[in-house]
Amino acid sequence: MVVLNALKTFFVDWIWKTFCVKWIWQTFFVAWIYDGFFLGFICKKLKFDKWKGWIYLSPALVLLAIFTVWPIINTLALAFTNNAELYNRQGTGFGIENFTKVLEYQGFLDCLKNTLLLTVLTVPLSTILALLIAVCLNAIKPLQRFLQTIFFLPYVTNSLAIGMVFAAMFNVVGARYEDGALTSNFTLGIINNVITLFGGQPVNWINSGSGYWENIAVMTIYIVWNALPFKILILLGGLQSVNKQYYEAAKIDSTPRWRVFTRITVPLLSPMLAYVVITGFIGGFKEYTSIVGIFGEDMGPNNLNTMVGYIYNSLNGDYTGRASAAALILFLIIFAVTMVNLYVSKKKTHY
Amino acid sequence: MKVELQNLTKIFPSRNKKAGGEVVAVNNFTFTIPDGKLVGLLGPSGCGKSTTLYMISGLQQPSAGKIFFGEEDVTDLSPENRGIGLVFQNYALYPHMTVLQNIMFPLQNLRGADKMTKAAMLERAHQVAKLVQIDELMDRKPSELSGGQQQRVAIARALVKMPRVLLLDEPLSNLDARLRLQTREEIRRIQKETGITTVFVTHDQEEAMSISDMIVVMKLGVVQQVGKPQKIYDDPTNLFVAKFLGTPPINVFNGRVEGGKLYIGDAAVLDVPGVEDKEVTVAVRPEGFILDDNGALECNLSNVEVMGRDVSIVSTHEQSQNPVIRSIIDADNKIDLNAKSVKFSLKAHKTFLFDAKTEERIRFGEAE
Repeated sequence: MVVLNALKTFFVDWIWKTFCVKWIWQTFFVAWIYDGFFLGFICKKLKFDKWKGWIYLSPALVLLAIFTVWPIINTLALAFTNNAELYNRQGTGFGIENFTKVLEYQGFLDCLKNTLLLTVLTVPLSTILALLIAVCLNAIKPLQRFLQTIFFLPYVTNSLAIGMVFAAMFNVVGARYEDGALTSNFTLGIINNVITLFGGQPVNWINSGSGYWENIAVMTIYIVWNALPFKILILLGGLQSVNKQYYEAAKIDSTPRWRVFTRITVPLLSPMLAYVVITGFIGGFKEYTSIVGIFGEDMGPNNLNTMVGYIYNSLNGDYTGRASAAALILFLIIFAVTMVNLYVSKKKTHY
Repeated sequence: MKVELQNLTKIFPSRNKKAGGEVVAVNNFTFTIPDGKLVGLLGPSGCGKSTTLYMISGLQQPSAGKIFFGEEDVTDLSPENRGIGLVFQNYALYPHMTVLQNIMFPLQNLRGADKMTKAAMLERAHQVAKLVQIDELMDRKPSELSGGQQQRVAIARALVKMPRVLLLDEPLSNLDARLRLQTREEIRRIQKETGITTVFVTHDQEEAMSISDMIVVMKLGVVQQVGKPQKIYDDPTNLFVAKFLGTPPINVFNGRVEGGKLYIGDAAVLDVPGVEDKEVTVAVRPEGFILDDNGALECNLSNVEVMGRDVSIVSTHEQSQNPVIRSIIDADNKIDLNAKSVKFSLKAHKTFLFDAKTEERIRFGEAE
């Protein structure tokens, strides 16, 4: 009996602890995260009306605090801690050594150069192309939906997969350089095939021995192509919301097409253009996966690593302090560029 | 520049081809707009008045018929080559340009022999702005203007390149009642000063009557009557026109003609010599009633509204097609407010007879 009783007590206890406690806790947590309304309800019952707004916001705020604010504070702290490491966060005390070391390091400066170059090349190019495509798409009636879908496809495709396809397109498979010339035993990707079809010499775009500018060219084409769908979507949406009467008025005033485009379409699209350019710059500075997509993790023959890649590598190498410093520098660059963007768009944008 | 429309027809194809049922928006419209006149196209929504306007502008192509500006056939000419100015219903001012830039925009498009110097453009823009009295607002954006000011800018933009014909699409519909009165005078004044042949579209009969030299009443794509406003008001060709013009609206009764007399209910209200015996619809303008103790038309008095100069008597009658009869008489008449009924006799020239079935006008006696 005693044994049985003890067994029973133990069993009940075990069930309570393992299921009920966990269950109740989980229920509350889930309800709290997903259902601010639940809290609002309690709040109403308890007559906490003054706090209602904050309590509704609390799930989001807590998550933000844990996953955004706290890491930012940590990054700041680590960036100003000399020789900080993942398991030695005190390092050798406060200082700006991380910044000086990062800025003196040629690898970092290369990353900075690559990032800036790619951003400056791709953002204007992709924006102008997207604008032209959007205007053309808006001008046609048949096939518009179909083409819209086609143009949007890259957006729903994995960028690593696209990168591999691009790599294959620009590839020179089995090619080797001997004494500065390609050996005869190789296969060309489609791009080089087209070039040879028109009587040109195949270019070594991305394989070992390829030049820096060839690499940059491939990256630019790839990033632009990858960035187009989102921009086209936004700009096309903007175009379709423009009142058609502006165009009718312009037609009656016999406005040439180019003037309609520059004096009416572009100004009326300026809020969308500003949005696309600002997000484009931010995205450009955070470029990383696309390079891995084409060159793999070794970043190609000319080391096309970017800022984000540098931060990632520093963390892997346990240079936590330098990674933090680099992250702050990246943040400052993005911040400055965005401020310039906002300043310019405020003057030029019509809302 | 006189504008001539010959058998103008516009047919919109049906959206659903199987179901058929294409829409005839404008049907066989023939009309000549005299040079330098202000013409109002009037009708309820969906009557084809805007379509007519857009066909004159060239933004829509007619399915059949021809359009002449003066002696020139412009039917196949694109809008920019017609030399028209169009004011859109919601003005369509370019929101990112200032008033001055908006007005100068059409001038900057001029090419070849018409190309103007910057100074000439500025001068012309200021001239037109002065004409529509917005010369003090030149640096504002359209969003910083009131509705009436935007309207003027739109007119200025349409006028600045000296169009042969000025077209206005519902020019007053976006304005409040006070501004509407003011602006319509303004449009009249501008039209008189420039002498440009002007066509405007409206569904508001008061607006059309107050400023037009001529009005065209349309219904379901078919022109009902064309003429001077007062003439159409005094002499409508059918019941639709009679009902459409005039505020308060015309009072409509069921009636019949028997032996040269017009009966509403059992009362013989008017002598109508020369009309054969039949069922008719009787329409009486509000000012067509005379308060008369010996009058034949007895109505149940429900209300009297004193409006200063006039008195409006609201009454009911079982043969009336309107819920109430509204008659306007001189304020000098004394009315017993407590009386149950009120007696009227009718003025023959304010009373119109229409065939009960075809709704066409039946003319009688001296009204002809």
